Amino acid sequence: MLDLIARFFGRQSGGSKQLAKERLRLVLVHDRASVSPHFLNMLKADLLQVMNKYLEIDEATTRIMLSRQGNSIALLASIPIKRIRRNLQFPHAQTDG
Amino acid sequence: MGDAVVITSGKGGVGKTTAVANLGTALAAMGRSTVVVDADIGLRNLDVVMGLENRIVYDLVDVIEGYCRPKQALVRDKRVEGLYLLPAAQTRDKTAVTPQQMRALIQKLKEEFEFVLIDSPAGIEHGFRSAVAGADQAIIITTPEIAAVRDADRIIGLLESERLPEPQLLINRIRPAMVRRGDMMDIEDVVEILAIPLLGIIPEDETVVISTNRGEPVVLMSNSRAGRAFRNIACRLLGEEVPVERLQDSPGLLERLRRMVRFHDA
Repeated sequence: MLDLIARFFGRQSGGSKQLAKERLRLVLVHDRASVSPHFLNMLKADLLQVMNKYLEIDEATTRIMLSRQGNSIALLASIPIKRIRRNLQFPHAQTDG
Repeated sequence: MGDAVVITSGKGGVGKTTAVANLGTALAAMGRSTVVVDADIGLRNLDVVMGLENRIVYDLVDVIEGYCRPKQALVRDKRVEGLYLLPAAQTRDKTAVTPQQMRALIQKLKEEFEFVLIDSPAGIEHGFRSAVAGADQAIIITTPEIAAVRDADRIIGLLESERLPEPQLLINRIRPAMVRRGDMMDIEDVVEILAIPLLGIIPEDETVVISTNRGEPVVLMSNSRAGRAFRNIACRLLGEEVPVERLQDSPGLLERLRRMVRFHDA
């Protein structure tokens, strides 16, 4: 009865749109990443470029993928490290010369 | 030189053909010469929605294969000055037209008309590619449903490789009461997800079904909410600044009471 009264006055009763938005959000992360074949490759190249400053990486066996875990999507990366770079240049060291 | 606009969606049944028929009719009624092109080869539809199915002699494939000149295939709409239909072939399939042929045809039509509106087939294959080929801009139409929005997102991604300006969005068949209840995605939700500019919204409206039954575009009905929405969208296509309508078809108290009574009778 209360529900009927609430509906009569046009109050929020459903809320299935939240469910739709959430499902759509997850499915689109996957769609957008897999539809563009370059997306993961470009991301991988950029990631490796940054990490190369700190680590020596085995690029041939590096793997990057999206993985769905329940309510979220995670970027999973397996990046084998050959060695950690020693002569790391810290920003303040660079400015001092 | 006119402007070629393709209306596309990915998913079928979200209102491409209705939108093309109504925007074309509205533009012509505003004094812009317009041709609406049915690019859904093999599944001819636009002719019946516009009520011109009995007057077709030649079709788009006849033009492309050189059996007739473009002008011979155009069906003139007698209700609105300056409105023409180029019907799809019914007996062929989508491979009958290549994107190159389509581009050449649309180019020719642009020399004669201020607006060329192209009704794209559903899907993302050959037919879609051809429909998009000659266009200067694209309009994506979707309903606020999860499957339609997903397919719209896919189409937006595919259009990125077509060297067109950013597509604009139409959201069709919005039901204000459901939006208010939180049971239908809102305009803002869809715009946020698809992240392209909003061209307009069309409320769910029974007059669309009625007008399609009659073969008379709903923009010709003065008291139709959907018709008004389509006229506003046509104005925006002409560069006028018309604010997007607010969702306010809230049924009055009497109508609600009536519905409740009907509900309990059932």
